Amino acid sequence: MNAPLPAPPLATPGPPLWLLAEVTYRCPLHCAFCYNPVDFARHDGELATEDWLRVLREARAAGSVQCGFSGGEPLMRDDLEVLVAEAHRLGFYTNLLTSGVGLDARRAQALREAGLDHIQLSFQDSTRELNDFLSHTRTFDLKQRVAGLIKDNGWPMVMNCVIHRLNIDYVENIIDMAVALGAEYLELANSQYYSWALLNRDQLMPSRAQLERAERIVNECRQRLGDRIRIFFVVPDYYETRPKKCMNGWGEVFLTVTPDGTALPCHTARMLPGLDFPNVRDMDVKSIWYGSEGFNRYRGDAWMKEPCRSCPDKEKDRGGCRCQAWMLAGDPAAADPVCDKSPHHGKVVKAVEQASDPGWKGGAKPLIFRDPRRSRELGAVEKSAAGA
Amino acid sequence: MNRENIAETAAPLAGACPKVSRRFRLQWEEAQQSWVLLYPEGMVRLNRSAGEILRRCDGTRTLETIVGELEQSFGASDLAADVGAFIDMARQQQWLEAGAGRP
Repeated sequence: MNAPLPAPPLATPGPPLWLLAEVTYRCPLHCAFCYNPVDFARHDGELATEDWLRVLREARAAGSVQCGFSGGEPLMRDDLEVLVAEAHRLGFYTNLLTSGVGLDARRAQALREAGLDHIQLSFQDSTRELNDFLSHTRTFDLKQRVAGLIKDNGWPMVMNCVIHRLNIDYVENIIDMAVALGAEYLELANSQYYSWALLNRDQLMPSRAQLERAERIVNECRQRLGDRIRIFFVVPDYYETRPKKCMNGWGEVFLTVTPDGTALPCHTARMLPGLDFPNVRDMDVKSIWYGSEGFNRYRGDAWMKEPCRSCPDKEKDRGGCRCQAWMLAGDPAAADPVCDKSPHHGKVVKAVEQASDPGWKGGAKPLIFRDPRRSRELGAVEKSAAGA
Repeated sequence: MNRENIAETAAPLAGACPKVSRRFRLQWEEAQQSWVLLYPEGMVRLNRSAGEILRRCDGTRTLETIVGELEQSFGASDLAADVGAFIDMARQQQWLEAGAGRP
């Protein structure tokens, strides 16, 4: 990092209010929509406890206030309680984002004593688990037990379920299950097409008819359930005509630290070419946030091209998602092709049309499940393709 | 998180001691120079007057006491209507315990 720093953007950004600590890529699950990088197995040098404690202190001093412990499955780290305790002592609001696998009464109590504020419990969704879930068998028992632990410890409970073509027709079952388990909030988050979900997009993207039906059912459930649960339904980007303000603005609110210490403005930004993201082993959090090239690159609007540069909505959406621009338009500074002003919007339309064709069976390929072996294979392919 | 389907709650009653809901954590944030309400994966940044009111909503002070303290601190009078309206809004947002301190 000896290169001269680029000129800072005109307005000084606010503090990194949200720290996402991805403490490990290890995970007992194999979700086909996992947002961890496809080549996660190449980045296996995890930060030590002392490194994480330092990152927490530096981030808090820089103004971070929400701290999410995520992964992989964060419970795979046996020092999680130590990290939560330090985050709590520093004044963070601490969130654990977990599948629940590995959360037993002993660890729940230890996390309670460490000062954990909240647990977001996700449904895992490999095909067998989905079947289990729909038949209310194995997964149901696990969730029942973990949800009971969350309630017993007095934590507010957010349940999160990634929605896609294979489970979107069952949103009502998912909602009823969340109510039965006592969740205060339910996030029905349609899969967005990054990382593993992009590999599996043909099989995962719902049809327009499925999406419209699910939205209608969710609205009916909101009416029926009133205040018992608050339900959030996030539609897939691809069905929009204007892009999202990704991460609430690049380098404006979110700071992700990956298991190996790489600091990113979002959890998938590592894929972007030509950007050197700093590592918390080499640089303190404040310098990373305010001074690094990686964080400054897409702040403000000086980097924008047409149609974004002259667009009246550029402050509202900041040109959308840089990763989606890279994946679909081949240029991270292009307009997010979700936008119907993008010259590449046709690719999004084509994917939606294909998914909505009544004869479409999700392609002939089998789903690719996330696991370290596939990650190494696919990572090697990506690497040689990039070098070709 | 957005806040929809928020239940209507009754206006505060005289003699009630409003209290910040256990679902939220109120704290001073040095970096933002403001009081904030923290909740699962979210934050509400409070302006100065909202912060000064909510920090007094600890379940021991009546609305009348809170108004009196604020009028004294800021050398103002006739704050009762404004404070009452804010407390009402805060109840609707569920920032305050629903029935705490009600007679």
